[in-house]
This record gives sequence, C-alpha cells and structure tokens, in this order.
Amino acid sequence: MMLADVVPTPTWYLLLAAVLFAVGAVGLLIRRNPLVMFMCIELMLNAVNLSFVALSVGLDDINGQTAVFFVLVVAAAEVVVGLGIIVAILRRKPGANADDISMLRG
Amino acid sequence: MELFVFIAAAAMVLAGAFGVILRPNPVHAALSLVLTLFGIAVLFVAQEAHFLAVVQVIVYAGAIVVLFLFVIMLLGVDRTDDLRVEPFRVQRPVAIVMGVAIVGLVSAAVLSGAGDPSQTITGEQSVGGTLTSSEPNINTLARSLFSDYVFAFEVTSILLVVAVLATVVLARRPFKVEPRAEEESSDESEHEVPSR
Repeated sequence: MMLADVVPTPTWYLLLAAVLFAVGAVGLLIRRNPLVMFMCIELMLNAVNLSFVALSVGLDDINGQTAVFFVLVVAAAEVVVGLGIIVAILRRKPGANADDISMLRG
Repeated sequence: MELFVFIAAAAMVLAGAFGVILRPNPVHAALSLVLTLFGIAVLFVAQEAHFLAVVQVIVYAGAIVVLFLFVIMLLGVDRTDDLRVEPFRVQRPVAIVMGVAIVGLVSAAVLSGAGDPSQTITGEQSVGGTLTSSEPNINTLARSLFSDYVFAFEVTSILLVVAVLATVVLARRPFKVEPRAEEESSDESEHEVPSR
C-alpha cells in the first residue's frame, strides 16, 4: 500500500488529543507562573475539542461539533474572568507565583 | 496527502504544546500557544469542520492569545522564570508519571476495540444530524444549534454578559478608602470640605 494512500482515522486524532491533554496536565502541575498555568488549561481544552470533533466525524453526528462550539464560548468567558482575577492578584502582589497566592487561606 | 497534512499539523500541535510548558519566558509560551491553536485549526479543516476551524482561529488565536499577551505586558511579568528551581520537590517526577499514565490509559481505552477498525469508536448515534449529507457543515451545525440547543445558546449569552461585568468589576482600580482616623476627625475638617 502506498504511504500516501493511508488516511488518518479518527483514532489517530484521539491519540493525538490524549498526548496533548497529558502535556497540558503536566504543564499545569510543573509551572508556577499563573499565566502559563492558564495557558496549559487552554491546551487541555483544545485537546478535548479535538477529540470531540474526531468522535463527531467517527460517529457521523453533528452534536459533537455543537459541543465544541459551547466549549469555545465557555473557554472565552473563563479566560476573561481568570485573567481578571490574575490581574487583581498581581496588582496587589507583583511577581507572585502560584506558591505565593495563599490569601484565601483562613 | 491527508497523511502528510495530519503529520505536519500534529507536529505543529505538539511542538507548540511543549513550547508552552518548557519556555521560561511567558511571552514565548503565549506565542507557542498560537502554534498549537493553528495546528488544531488545521486538524479541524482536515476533518471537514470548517466553521469550527474559523472560529478557532478567530476566538483562540485572535482573542484569547491577544488577551494573554495584553495581560503579560500590562503587568510587566514578562521576565524569565527559572525552571531549574523546583519549589515542591517530588512534584515534577509525579507529574510526569501522571502524564505518561494519562497517555497510556486513554490510548488503551481508544485502542481497546482494535482489530476491527470500525469498532474503535463505539457509541450510539443520536438523531441530531448527520455529516454525510451534501449540505455544508455550517448548515448542519446551525440547524443543531438553533433547534436542539437553542436554550443553551441563549444561556451562553447570559454567561458572556456576566463574565464581562465580572471582569470590569475585578480589574477596576479599587476606590480610595479613606483612613478611619480622618472619618472620626474633628469638625474643622468637615467645614473645610465645602469651602473647596
């Protein structure tokens, strides 16, 4: 079989999404800068979006892509609120990393 | 041909993802995130989800990453993190083990139906709409969105309004709080205020 004839199946996309999700989760745990941790959350959201679309194509069903649409909207709202919180924290404590943010501790 | 598109886009996605978690500078991490997001958009196009690819580029690369860069430059936190220091000693090995475990478990779950490629993805198809029809992808998506999910669609508008209001309240500079001693001061200061 010619190499160019190989067509990627949805399984390939699901495996790529698994790797991308794992990279995002590891980054969320090992980084200490709150902004970079937020970017890692975006990586995980994108991995989930990719697997939604792959399953939508695999099952021949549009509802997976509708779910991706809602994930995009909620991700936009989440980023806006999260960056607002980060701005409020870093204005009070410039250069704070995730270990320094213990203001909510009772 | 599709194989080469997949390999190139997957390489973009993974290079960008590793750039996000390994670049010490937050600005470089944000620019690596753009690479990942464009790779995802290419993969959406390769799967014939054209509308989602366009929305991905506009919303993620156009709005969210710009917001990240804006916050980085507004706060001036674009100094380089020292990644060699590890504040919490065992966290990094445990995190890497967890990442490998996620990849292994999800791969096992995905490939558990291997042997018969058509059985790799299992599940029931709903009656929301099929992709095989000859109409464009965006028509099917719009019909699903504005009929089955119209209530959820309306709720997202409320979500966006609430998010915007919350961010305005959060990011506004706090009012100047007068020290308590001035409020309890003598009558002289109260008489001075109207004279200004």
